[in-house]
Amino acid sequence: MSAAFPSRRAALAAAGAAALAALAPRARASTTGRVVVVGGGWGGATAARTLARLGHTVTLVERDAAYVSCPFSNTVLGGFAAMPAITFGHDRLAAEGVTVVRAEAADVDPVARSLTLADGRRLDWDRLVLSPGVEVRLDALPGYDATAAETMPHAWKAGAQTDLLRRRIEAMEDGGLFVMAVPANPYRCPPGPYERACLVAHYLKAAKPRSKVLILDAKDPFSKQRLFEEAWETLYPGMIERVPLSGGGKVVEVDAATQTLVTDFGAHEAAVANVIPPQRAGAIARAAGTVDATGWAPVAPESFESRLVPGVHVIGDACFVGQMPKSAFSANAQAKQCAHAIDAALRGTPPPAAKLVNTCYSLAAPDWGFTVAGVYEPVDGRLAEVKGSGGVSPLGASPQTRALEAHYARAWFAAIAAEAFG
Amino acid sequence: MRLVIAALTAGIAASVAAAPPPGATTCSGCHAAAEGGMPRLDRLTAEEITAAMAGFRAGTRPATLMDRIARGFSEAEAEAIAAWLVAQR
Repeated sequence: MSAAFPSRRAALAAAGAAALAALAPRARASTTGRVVVVGGGWGGATAARTLARLGHTVTLVERDAAYVSCPFSNTVLGGFAAMPAITFGHDRLAAEGVTVVRAEAADVDPVARSLTLADGRRLDWDRLVLSPGVEVRLDALPGYDATAAETMPHAWKAGAQTDLLRRRIEAMEDGGLFVMAVPANPYRCPPGPYERACLVAHYLKAAKPRSKVLILDAKDPFSKQRLFEEAWETLYPGMIERVPLSGGGKVVEVDAATQTLVTDFGAHEAAVANVIPPQRAGAIARAAGTVDATGWAPVAPESFESRLVPGVHVIGDACFVGQMPKSAFSANAQAKQCAHAIDAALRGTPPPAAKLVNTCYSLAAPDWGFTVAGVYEPVDGRLAEVKGSGGVSPLGASPQTRALEAHYARAWFAAIAAEAFG
Repeated sequence: MRLVIAALTAGIAASVAAAPPPGATTCSGCHAAAEGGMPRLDRLTAEEITAAMAGFRAGTRPATLMDRIARGFSEAEAEAIAAWLVAQR
């Protein structure tokens, strides 16, 4: 303890000096600004609330009357939660002074610093935050277009698609084959497809026990792989099969008329098909010019300001910032970092240093949870994992530990929902 | 000694509404001001928060997840975060 003391004292002295240094400019400047936030999901709602609390004039542009959460939407598919539990309005934001505009964002003029809405209205801003999430691509997988999505739901944007897939699972006869097409990285929620396989199997095991789940995967290793495989063997023996990329799992074409998913090695006819196609940044991020050839918007890790369009910030699934995965927790953490960075920029103070955390809970059953966590810091302009930190829950943990993590998964959802939506 | 320093740091933070130190705004993504979930940070002193982080980092405090997160933060960083959290109340 005493050996460690001098270094800690030195660090504290440095921290104190930094705090005092921050005092001078903060005392001089007290400028607030107009910030427009596009997208009322985990990232956008959190950013809007945080900026409003910091004293800025905030307008939130959201197309839909309510936001339906992708996190926990697999519990609806598993039949142990209902849609209202994952649906959130923006009334609390409005009550706190955020102007909520129910409209679709159409275009951005970064020179005039304005956002054009689909109805022609224009909103001027000092800073723009784009949190549009992903666009599920309906032009990337042969045979999978908007019509096919009506009978082979992706359910990768929650809402009507979630409802649709749930109804098809409920209508499936015992002994049916539930087939999932899973894309290559990167995409929204890396462990999400495997959680979905578990929770659909959880429902089928009780309601239609002769049924099976087949995962056709366009990748080899996947997030929390050994924890999922352990859960499949323990909870759903013989029910879930996965074909990885190297085994010919990549779906190259679908035929909605026959509910067939085609790989290079064969065709699989599904009783219920769940096709999760490749994704890219939401349309407004592309219209704003923030997206590069990867399909995502590169941003600075301290501010989430676009590398391509100054004054425009992109957070959540639409952005690329390094190793941080596309998750609701990431979007929420990025929103707060971005909001404080915008606050500093508008007030003329130095941007806050960045260190961000991701935590991601998965449920393999209502009482079986596990996690991956990561701590990230800027390295060469991108977020990289802090060495020695992060990782996944242990393999072989007791059912009590899995149940505790499932309990914490629900607590996390309640906490982040309260922070984002009130 | 640590208490005094933490109190001083908290005092500075409160007086200038200082920008959050690295990592500080993340905690609220799990730790709500509500019962039944993760421990409520708003009921802990800065000293208790930094001691918990030290225990998680060392692996001496039982954890499901916080050990993996705490290993990403130094003691000085944890102290700065704790001071900022207390100053927000």
